[in-house]
Amino acid sequence: MTARRRPGSRAPLLLVVPAIAGLALLVLPLAGLLIRTPWSSLPQRLTAPGILDALRLSLLAATAATLLCLLLGVPLAWLLARARFPGRRVVRAMVTVPLVLPPVVGGVALLLVFGRRGIVGSWLAATFGITLPFTTAGVILAEAFVAMPFLVIAVEGALRGADPRYEEAAATLGASRWTSFRRVTLPLVAPGIAAGAVLCWARALGEFGATITFAGNFPGRTQTMPLAVYLALETDLEAAIVLSLILLVVSVTILASLRDRWLNSP
Amino acid sequence: MTGFLTVPARIAVGLAVALAVVGCGGDDEPAGDASPGALSGDLTVFAAASLTEAFTQIGEEFGAANPGVAVTFNFAGSSTLAQQINEGAPADVFASANPANMQTVTDAGNAAGEPTTFARNQLVIAVAAGNPLGITGLADLADPDVKVALCAEQVPCGAAAQTALAAAGVELTPVTLEQDVRAALSKLTLGEVDAALVYRTDVAAVGSAVAGIDFPEAASAVNDYPIVVLADAPNPQAAAAFVAYVLASAGQAVLAQAGFQTL
Amino acid sequence: MTAGAEALAAHLIVDRGRFRLDLELAVAAGEVVALLGPNGAGKTTAVRALAGLIPLTAGQIRLAGETVDHPARRIWVPPERRPIGMVFQDYLLFPHLTALENVAFGPRCHGASRARARAVAADWLARVGLAEHARRKPRQLSGGQAQRVALARALAVDPHLLLLDEPLAALDARARLDTRAELHRHLTEHPGATLLVTHDPLDALVLADRLVIIEDGRIVQEGDAATVTAQPRTDYVARLVGLNLYRGHADGHTVTITGSGAAGRLSLTVAEPARGEVFVAFPPAAVALHPSRPAGSPRNTWQATITGIQPHGDNLRVQLAGPVVTAADVTPAAAAQLRLTTGARVWVAVKAAETRAYPAGGEPLETR
Repeated sequence: MTARRRPGSRAPLLLVVPAIAGLALLVLPLAGLLIRTPWSSLPQRLTAPGILDALRLSLLAATAATLLCLLLGVPLAWLLARARFPGRRVVRAMVTVPLVLPPVVGGVALLLVFGRRGIVGSWLAATFGITLPFTTAGVILAEAFVAMPFLVIAVEGALRGADPRYEEAAATLGASRWTSFRRVTLPLVAPGIAAGAVLCWARALGEFGATITFAGNFPGRTQTMPLAVYLALETDLEAAIVLSLILLVVSVTILASLRDRWLNSP
Repeated sequence: MTGFLTVPARIAVGLAVALAVVGCGGDDEPAGDASPGALSGDLTVFAAASLTEAFTQIGEEFGAANPGVAVTFNFAGSSTLAQQINEGAPADVFASANPANMQTVTDAGNAAGEPTTFARNQLVIAVAAGNPLGITGLADLADPDVKVALCAEQVPCGAAAQTALAAAGVELTPVTLEQDVRAALSKLTLGEVDAALVYRTDVAAVGSAVAGIDFPEAASAVNDYPIVVLADAPNPQAAAAFVAYVLASAGQAVLAQAGFQTL
Repeated sequence: MTAGAEALAAHLIVDRGRFRLDLELAVAAGEVVALLGPNGAGKTTAVRALAGLIPLTAGQIRLAGETVDHPARRIWVPPERRPIGMVFQDYLLFPHLTALENVAFGPRCHGASRARARAVAADWLARVGLAEHARRKPRQLSGGQAQRVALARALAVDPHLLLLDEPLAALDARARLDTRAELHRHLTEHPGATLLVTHDPLDALVLADRLVIIEDGRIVQEGDAATVTAQPRTDYVARLVGLNLYRGHADGHTVTITGSGAAGRLSLTVAEPARGEVFVAFPPAAVALHPSRPAGSPRNTWQATITGIQPHGDNLRVQLAGPVVTAADVTPAAAAQLRLTTGARVWVAVKAAETRAYPAGGEPLETR
């Protein structure tokens, strides 16, 4: 037998070629950005006013939105993965609605519910004096709306993959359902939750349409980086590129610093 | 992207190429025409979003007058359109909402000839129909209980608003600086803000849901709308005819009806 | 717990599709009962019902004097509130916790403080000889070590009923030997009741005080190890303990075997006289093979065909088909001398003195 393959040979060509094409599709636009960056005027552009504000707001809102998604999304994912109730499939389909809805439409929908004349919004304003549109809280809500499906779907998948027999073992040792969930299930699916949270954070960071429609645009309060970029595009393409670059560098640094082992199963 | 040909020479070359293509025969030519006097082919017009209703109607009338021409519009923010043109998007005509964005195109050498101002737009204070809060002028907008939507300074409507406010000496903190004028108006129609500084044409386009209130300082911040045939226009004959139509009385009538100030 | 008091009294009835489990179980505190049976007999169902992981369809379970499951009276206590401890077949040690934390898990759930739980856990780990592995994660433990941690974890909650589901099945032969001996020591020390599910008769013989054999969801035989192995009542048990077993009708010293093969009825002469329906049993070692009809004392002889030969310890086990199916143990030398091959015809002889007959009865009896 002629052995033309050495042990540990590379992946089949049929997989490698499309994979490289996929990578190119993702990476070439970034390369385009880098090529057109005004390197010479970069230093003074970086210190332009408003950039730090927008960056800080973006990071703050994305993190807060992710925390909100975790708080609401993990129990929802548990419900979808473990509980049996009629209409479960419908509920799961509804969870994916923000994925297919154009973000601007999502923003309008949020206004219709949480806006000044919205069903919930008017009640909130009357009872607590809370208004959500045009506030930072509104930004967080809009970002949470578009990013939640990522978290729910990832966590539901992780929960389905978790072995339910560990929960049985915990029960025989005297753990209530809540204790079993908290001390056995959650730690076991923690990597899956972390991965979902990362996706959620990244999506929230880049959100534009729902944010600008629901929360508007005001520097320091609701102007996130994507909004700043879009507005900069109106007059100064190079300023927009610089802003985009900043956002890219910051988010890639944060994502790359996440340890691999936090995101993989034990 | 400045070429070595002078502008008139470009037009001549363009026409020559078009005629040469036509001369090869065939009845499905996208540009140019064999019989003199009748226009045909596709015409692509890039126009500012605030021209949507007016230009759509002008396009219909122009198309009716020239049945061989199929008019297509691309309505968007003027700066976006200018960028697209400079990056090589195929278009015949560009109508901008302010001179600054037109300048971007002419500076890049993508205009065939000098732009012409064909209309002017003036700001009004848009409020809900019936003016429930009784707004009478810019000073009323400074009231902290009144929520106001402005356009961001980077867009023409926003720059005009800032000029008007400065002229009136009014310090105004809006709740939002929208990225285009229609978005600012939609915040009003959705009931999220009490007033918005937009163009008279936008109020006219929306109809009875909103009311427009004139204010004296608007005259100090009028936006000139220039129009030009583009240098690389695929159909320069039809393009020139369209521009002429806009500048002629028929086009001006449509613009006036939409709320523009005409020449 | 007072030794001798009934820790478990249950009548388990579970319907699962076409399978129905129906068995009565009673285990006293300090007693070890082994539940034996072929695959699909319902052993795991029984254990899971006792643990509360599946509900009964009917019947009841009383643990330490308290009813924990009684469908007719709508009583149901979930597993976490039953005084049980369970060792699963694949141990199910929590992968993200150390051995110490695994063992401390139960006491913590029962209300012990963190420090107290860890102290109890450390004590138990020392008892199973794994004190120095306390900080290891389960994936760093060998099979035998993991089994001991699982046992410690179950015992740390001081259960009234300890359930073991095939505790040695996942171990290799060598580990099984050592672990079985250790397990015996712990089970003897355990004050509560123990129910052990296994398919290995050696486990049952070494570890259990009493055997309960189930087939098809029902008890077919019950008793202490000695009696069951001496007097099996079903093919399964007989195979389990390695005996030839037949059912027949006795009249004095002669037993007519029912359902013999096509070659006709077979009558056996047995050592002890009996009357009525009986089982007759004799070990393969008591079977002698001859090339031709043997002369002399053995009165139980018949002709048979060899259907298979396998190694069996130091000897060869020969499967024979004839009026009845029989297994015989012969030395390799004898096999060579007799030229034993599959398909060969031989004469089978069994000494009456080596046979045992005991009453069959209508149902399998509890022999105590």
